[in-house]
Amino acid sequence: MPKLTIDGREIEVEKGTRIIEAARAHGIYIPRYCYHPGLSIAGNCRMCLVEVEKAPKLMIACQTVCSDGMVVHTKSEKTKTAQAAILEFLLINHPLDCPVCDQAGECDLQNFYLDFGRYTPTFAEPKVKKRKAYPIGKHVILDSERCILCSRCVRFCEEITHTNELGIFDRGDHAELMLAPGQQLDNNYSGCTIDICPVGALTDREFRFQVRVWYLRAFNSICPGCSRGCNIEVHTNPTRPHHAGGERLVRIKPRFNPQVNRWWMCDLGRYGQTWVDSPERLALPLRVAGAGQQPCEWPAAAAAASELLRNARGKIGVIAGAQLANEDFFLAGKLLLDHLEAPAAAVGSFDKNARHDELLLEADKAPNRTGAAALGWDTSAGAERELLERAARGELKLLYVVGRDLVAEFGAELVEAALAKSAMIYQGPLANSTSGRAQMVLPAAAFAERDGTFTNSQKRVQLFLEAFPPFGESKADWEIFQLLAKALGESWDYRSSQEVFEELAKTAAEFAGMTYEIVGQQGAALKSARGDAALPEPDPAALDRRGRIPVAPWGSR
Amino acid sequence: MPKSQPILTAYFDDPESHTLAHYRRRGGYQALEQAIRTLKPDQVTETVKASKLRGLGGAGFSTGMKWGFIPKDNPKPRYLVVNADEGEPGTFKDKWLMLKEPHTLIEGMLIASYAIGCRRAYIYIRGEYVRPLERLKGALEEATAAGLVGAPLFGSDHRLDVTIHVGAGAYICGEETALLTSLEGGKGFPKLKPPFPAVEGAFKCPTIVNNVETLCYVPHILQRGAEWFAALGGERFGGMRLFAVSGDVAAPGVYELPLTVTLRELLYQHAGGIRGGRGSTELKAVIPGGSSAPILTAAEIDVQMDFDSLAKAGTMGGSGAVIALSTDVDIVEALYNVTRFYHHESCGQCTPCREGTGWMDKLLARTLRGGAREGDFDNLVRIARNIIGNTICPLGDAAALPVMSYVGKFRSEFDAYLQRAQGAA
Repeated sequence: MPKLTIDGREIEVEKGTRIIEAARAHGIYIPRYCYHPGLSIAGNCRMCLVEVEKAPKLMIACQTVCSDGMVVHTKSEKTKTAQAAILEFLLINHPLDCPVCDQAGECDLQNFYLDFGRYTPTFAEPKVKKRKAYPIGKHVILDSERCILCSRCVRFCEEITHTNELGIFDRGDHAELMLAPGQQLDNNYSGCTIDICPVGALTDREFRFQVRVWYLRAFNSICPGCSRGCNIEVHTNPTRPHHAGGERLVRIKPRFNPQVNRWWMCDLGRYGQTWVDSPERLALPLRVAGAGQQPCEWPAAAAAASELLRNARGKIGVIAGAQLANEDFFLAGKLLLDHLEAPAAAVGSFDKNARHDELLLEADKAPNRTGAAALGWDTSAGAERELLERAARGELKLLYVVGRDLVAEFGAELVEAALAKSAMIYQGPLANSTSGRAQMVLPAAAFAERDGTFTNSQKRVQLFLEAFPPFGESKADWEIFQLLAKALGESWDYRSSQEVFEELAKTAAEFAGMTYEIVGQQGAALKSARGDAALPEPDPAALDRRGRIPVAPWGSR
Repeated sequence: MPKSQPILTAYFDDPESHTLAHYRRRGGYQALEQAIRTLKPDQVTETVKASKLRGLGGAGFSTGMKWGFIPKDNPKPRYLVVNADEGEPGTFKDKWLMLKEPHTLIEGMLIASYAIGCRRAYIYIRGEYVRPLERLKGALEEATAAGLVGAPLFGSDHRLDVTIHVGAGAYICGEETALLTSLEGGKGFPKLKPPFPAVEGAFKCPTIVNNVETLCYVPHILQRGAEWFAALGGERFGGMRLFAVSGDVAAPGVYELPLTVTLRELLYQHAGGIRGGRGSTELKAVIPGGSSAPILTAAEIDVQMDFDSLAKAGTMGGSGAVIALSTDVDIVEALYNVTRFYHHESCGQCTPCREGTGWMDKLLARTLRGGAREGDFDNLVRIARNIIGNTICPLGDAAALPVMSYVGKFRSEFDAYLQRAQGAA
């Protein structure tokens, strides 16, 4: 293993390590634009030039492999002069439009100017004019004048999605990032080009002009869009909630996890969570009274619902969606299956032909089917239909539906037939055509409004945290089950989903030994997937709920 | 100085010199036959190394040593690529070699391919070279018909197929790695080194890129011996080279001379002395090795024209293009001309060259429009200094070195623009 010296510190690295990574591993940050750990080396921005003793000229740290005895200076006069020079070159043709640029605040031209630039500008010539505010895809808009031609986005579309929509055309200082002829940037990972753009050239059409990024706080979460469970950050705006049209979930960014999604996430997941702030969100419990469903308070709702449950003991059919967390499935099972002796609890399967790809997106569009199965729920195909048919035959008295729209999935006819013979409690975050037919409607919190864990298709248990409080009077699903259990006379007293998880881990063999701190920020594999391998070390930082100031580019800093 | 016999240019005046028949009559392809029949490939490389032949495209690197860099243990195919993308301003020697001696080039390629064990060679020729291309095609047809190209040679199993690839006019494609990218079908972007082409070049295979003129000397070296060629030169270089002399001289043209010739001799004894556009006979400055080379003043022309002596004089031998500037020439305009060229031809891949060439161009254009400001020329030098050594390929240095030398050596001419601008204001 080569030993080298960086800024006076002796460092031993794996053979083949590049200077930029060797330095980073020891807390020395070398500025860079074109380098991204998930992409090939382009070496074009020259921002990472560093002085290497005995080399005839400065070397780019992104490409230069560490060798034994190498002496690197990242803060010498030569290095500093080059860094300031590169910044000056990059900025001569860059528009001075930070006040109206969405990247401001998370822009590496701004950041590096403060850290490595601070020269006195001398450019007195007219700037090169290029295309501005040019939409290149459904989600991405291009400002060519801001582009520093680092080619990260081009390489992303070549090397990660293999879709090749982007190229750099023309040459010299007229070179311009543009779509290949006849193309649109419409692959399912287009949002990642915005993430990796170090400047304001590629910005998000949804996020544009909504919020200044310095108001945002980032919370660790897991994308609920499919069973991949991409690690994400939910960005919310706690101090200026009226910005972005009042949306609390302002944007989603991928969070680095080498085992799951690396630096990436798909557009379906990223842009598919607007339902969290949709007008269809249920704010209050509803119960049928007089002409139709009327809002009520939780105590009244719990009393009424528990009445329905008590009367249907032994004849309750439970149909839940696999977007419930492990904690929810655990308490639902404890209440409905164990205590109320529900004969059947179905989660069901998924359409294997649903849209999926070879990068991240999976056909199963629910984040926790693996967790449901590990906790004993029926995830076989057709389980829910069978249950509805049993209800229609009069074998059940009550359907307890959690987060599903049965009418949309199985048709009004079958649902009506089932409801002719049984009552229904609906629990979920959104009103839908099924909730409208329920005797009781219990509003549930969305994934971003609560803590919990999902188990992804790789059998990895992953933790998500509350980014903002539940909408209206909605509650986390596990809290609703506890409320009902208490109304039925049980003495449950879980103060947090963390406590639920601790009991779950004592009960369910697959989860044995796990805690939230062990699940941590990178997840922990179920026993059947882990084998004899040890669980990860506890990571207390995973439970830091203060919300971070977002730091771009996501996970590659 | 002993009178030297021309080697490559000996038959330039003969209208039939490009034909196979003519080439055969004067012993053409005998060096190839002799090499294949009597020498092992490594011995050919050793011979070229011993001749002290250096790359005549611009970099002046030992040709034999370059051939020796081909890894012995790489099972991939090897390629020979002829750099015929002669684009350095002032350079026009390879054009004449292809017009007049296409078979010399082909024989050089056949010998080189034998030495490095390559079966396929590419000639990357500048798109504007329409007539040289025709000549090259004609010669290749002749050589193919004669069983020299595309067939096993002289009872051995060595054969070479040759493909001509026509460039699209970008200067940067004369840079060897950009040339390879272009040859592969990509936009002419230079590649990061390492790996060097000999290890990983065209199509990720070991590749030798040689200039036309360099390869043309190879048959002569094989035929007449490494010692003969080495003896024509000096301690660290062999032979002669073709100087393309242009600008304010009475007799511009291609002169094949030993590298021991001095710049003064070249200009005054061979190129007929100085004759400016407005009649001046007084030399102001010389660009000794193509537009990328730092300029020399009239007082600095007693320098020998080999790579090392020119490097010691703070400039470079480059492509052998010598451009004389008489006192009729405005140095600021001359620099603007050069700088505008590099701005136009920068590929735009890496930051310092992309942005710096444009900046220097605009600053000089403003100067010439009468808009010079205090501090401009110090800034110009600073910009150039910030480009040098910091780019992917040598184009950055090529753009910056002239700026530093022109401003450094002729500062008063630049300052005169500032004074005029301030006077007008």
